[in-house]
Amino acid sequence: MTDERIKQFEVRHERLKTLSDDELKAHFWDLCYQVVDPIIDLARTHTSPSIERSILLRMGINSAKSHGIVDAIHQAGLLGKGAGHVLLKLSQKLNVDVKAAGDAILENKEVLNGLFEEA
Amino acid sequence: MTKKMQPLDPNKKLDIEAILENLEDYRPPRKGWTWRVAPEEGVDMGPFHYRDMAEPLKRSIGLPASKYFDNIDPQPKPVVTTEIASGRFEDDIRRMRMGAWHGADHLMVIRHTGQSHIDGLMEGTPEGVGGVPITRKQIRASRKAIDLIEEEVGRPINFHSYVSGVAGPEVAVLFAEEGINGAHQDPQYNVLYRNINMYRSFVDAAEAKKVMSSAGIFQIDGAHNANATAKAGWLVMPELLVQHGINCAYSVRSGMPKELIGLSTVPPNSPPAPKFWYDLPYAVALREIFSDFKMRAQQNTRYIESSIEEAIRTHTIDTIISMLTSADIQSTITPDEGRNVPWHYNNIRGVQTVKQTWAAMDGLNEMIQIKRDGPLGDMVRDIKERAVAFLEEIIEVGGYFAAVEKGFFVDSAQYPERSGDGIARQGDAGVAAGSIIERDPDYLAPVCAHFGDNHLPEGITHACDAIGGCTLCNPDLITYIDEFDPEDNVHKRLEKTWDYRKGNLIRPEVEWAGDGTVLVEMMIPENEDYAREAGLEIARRMGLEDPQVINLMVLHPAEGCFLEVKGKVTFDIDRRDLKIPEKVILLSEEEIRDAVKKTNLTVVAGTVGEDEHSVGLREILDIKHGGIEKYGVKYHYLGTSVPIEKMVDAAIETGSQAILISTIISHGDVHRINMRKLDELCREKGIRDKVVLIAGGTQVSADMAAETGMDATFGRGCKGINVVDAIVKVLKERGVV
Repeated sequence: MTDERIKQFEVRHERLKTLSDDELKAHFWDLCYQVVDPIIDLARTHTSPSIERSILLRMGINSAKSHGIVDAIHQAGLLGKGAGHVLLKLSQKLNVDVKAAGDAILENKEVLNGLFEEA
Repeated sequence: MTKKMQPLDPNKKLDIEAILENLEDYRPPRKGWTWRVAPEEGVDMGPFHYRDMAEPLKRSIGLPASKYFDNIDPQPKPVVTTEIASGRFEDDIRRMRMGAWHGADHLMVIRHTGQSHIDGLMEGTPEGVGGVPITRKQIRASRKAIDLIEEEVGRPINFHSYVSGVAGPEVAVLFAEEGINGAHQDPQYNVLYRNINMYRSFVDAAEAKKVMSSAGIFQIDGAHNANATAKAGWLVMPELLVQHGINCAYSVRSGMPKELIGLSTVPPNSPPAPKFWYDLPYAVALREIFSDFKMRAQQNTRYIESSIEEAIRTHTIDTIISMLTSADIQSTITPDEGRNVPWHYNNIRGVQTVKQTWAAMDGLNEMIQIKRDGPLGDMVRDIKERAVAFLEEIIEVGGYFAAVEKGFFVDSAQYPERSGDGIARQGDAGVAAGSIIERDPDYLAPVCAHFGDNHLPEGITHACDAIGGCTLCNPDLITYIDEFDPEDNVHKRLEKTWDYRKGNLIRPEVEWAGDGTVLVEMMIPENEDYAREAGLEIARRMGLEDPQVINLMVLHPAEGCFLEVKGKVTFDIDRRDLKIPEKVILLSEEEIRDAVKKTNLTVVAGTVGEDEHSVGLREILDIKHGGIEKYGVKYHYLGTSVPIEKMVDAAIETGSQAILISTIISHGDVHRINMRKLDELCREKGIRDKVVLIAGGTQVSADMAAETGMDATFGRGCKGINVVDAIVKVLKERGVV
């Protein structure tokens, strides 16, 4: 395996040594962006419990409560909507502020039932 | 708003209890990173012009030798880091103050071991292991203390910790809310060293980076861990470029401005290796490829051993590399990192290493230049080509995640060779595997600094308008949690150390108030095995508890060893029992010179009794040693073993206004007897009111004057200025000047 890699490297090296320093540098950065761009797309289109909890933090909900709220939303299969989205929607439905909507979820997660089904 | 605390008094200890008051109302007065101000035209200090220095501090403690240079304390151009994390932040903030006085303006707090695997934020102030549990309360208290400290020293201080682990986005929000100025963030670090699932780590990182950018938090990556982990640190240089490149590119794509992105870079080699042959080309290659980004130059930890001096020498050499290439932040490593959790004074030693090296080399790049063509250039090019080939292979095998699965990273061989000891991680494994969730087409996050797809309600452009504001825009929305644990918290710990901080008890400490730790150095003329055991036994008999040999250097296999033994003292000293000698306030040099000139001050001096020692007295007299001659005093030196009678006669003969006797070796009370005799003889001859009598020596102390009839007496550490000051004061009393 290593022998093969070394052979491959020699081939690459023949090509790379024809590049000027500036071209080599540009090529380095081009490759770095090629490596990260698909990962950035993954990040753009996905979320995680920590991201959702960090959103609730920014909405003024403390770390102790954000855990239970995100877990409940996750269990209800709604994390893909965004936890903040769920709270916003529930607060409108219950006519309370977003913190109170969070408390409502902690009290009884059934309040999430059918939240996104109404038009 | 919080009631503003009184500025610190340099002569008073930090009041930790006062800092902990009203934390719920604390708001950081500023956010974001601050660089030092380094005037382009240079800085003038004392007799010198500096080319690579920043503006000086309002209050600071200079290098030991600064007393010879008008007490100047030149401050290097780069921000200087010190890492402080003993597990108890209440003790760390006192160390931060000490560090700031010596020139640190980047205070880095390592997190509690295991915090990166805690899925969420910690709260309260529990005690940490290997670092500090990072919580809102701990950060607020520390930042509030740092606000006072930076005002005291007169320069902004950057407070820094880590946005890593499975709760990265939450930690980033906490840091943005609380005005943390710098943070480590590198998703590769989580994957390789913390075994956090790779997808989770990168998805979280984009959000964390976006949040950090919003608060101007300066980012440092984690690539340097590769050369701290690999068996041969200098072989992984191509990979280091790749890791730095991936984090930089990912940060840029996450929306982070380049000026907030720093590379954590360490010169990878260490003597006895020919360090510069590897480290200098590497440093040059890195700075050429990453010219748009900032350099945080770290010192080598890979080869740090228990010898403080060896570590300091290596770190001096590392700092030379920074000076020859560049550094925006010069980090320091405590030289005791190889033997224990850093001790207070070793943070200071680390900072001094940078200050001393930087001052010595100020302006160096105007005189010498790196020879770019020749072997260095070839090696620079080689490192870059290997890094590029490494990246090409990553893409060829299917991208970053595939490369990690195949163990591409932290392999100890030099690319393209491979030892097969790289750290391989699987996409479906690791902490929090399977925890990322695809966003629905109507995904919404109604807050600021959110990364990625976000479908804001119609008409909303500022994200948090949808909910009437977020904590990043309005800090009053933050919910503060104080303590969870009624036992494991700072208040309980402070109760136990009150006597040492605010009461009358004194105990030595290296980490925590009242820890009692001391270090004893000794040379044992035995081989290693016997030396070690003898050292421990000596420490025990000295009354030290839990003695440990923390450094042993063989001087010769049979002739002996140098040892450092730490242990704990178990007693307290009561301040009230200590007698502090009264401090003499010296006259100004100008006043002294004036008086000397007016009186044409002349003295006779000699070592009395049967004593052949002359060094001490010569230092008091000679201009070369800053003796009394420097202030214009004329002296007649009569030599050693001078009879008292001869001293008095010589004074009369020469018309001297003072007699200086030195008495070094003293058997019984000979020194006292000689002093009394001098006084009596002068009285007999009727000149007592015309001469000032001064005695000095190793057995003499400042409080002996009255009992011996001298006008002033001096012990160890006395300088010419003290003697001439005493003479002039007596002359003033007598109305002569």
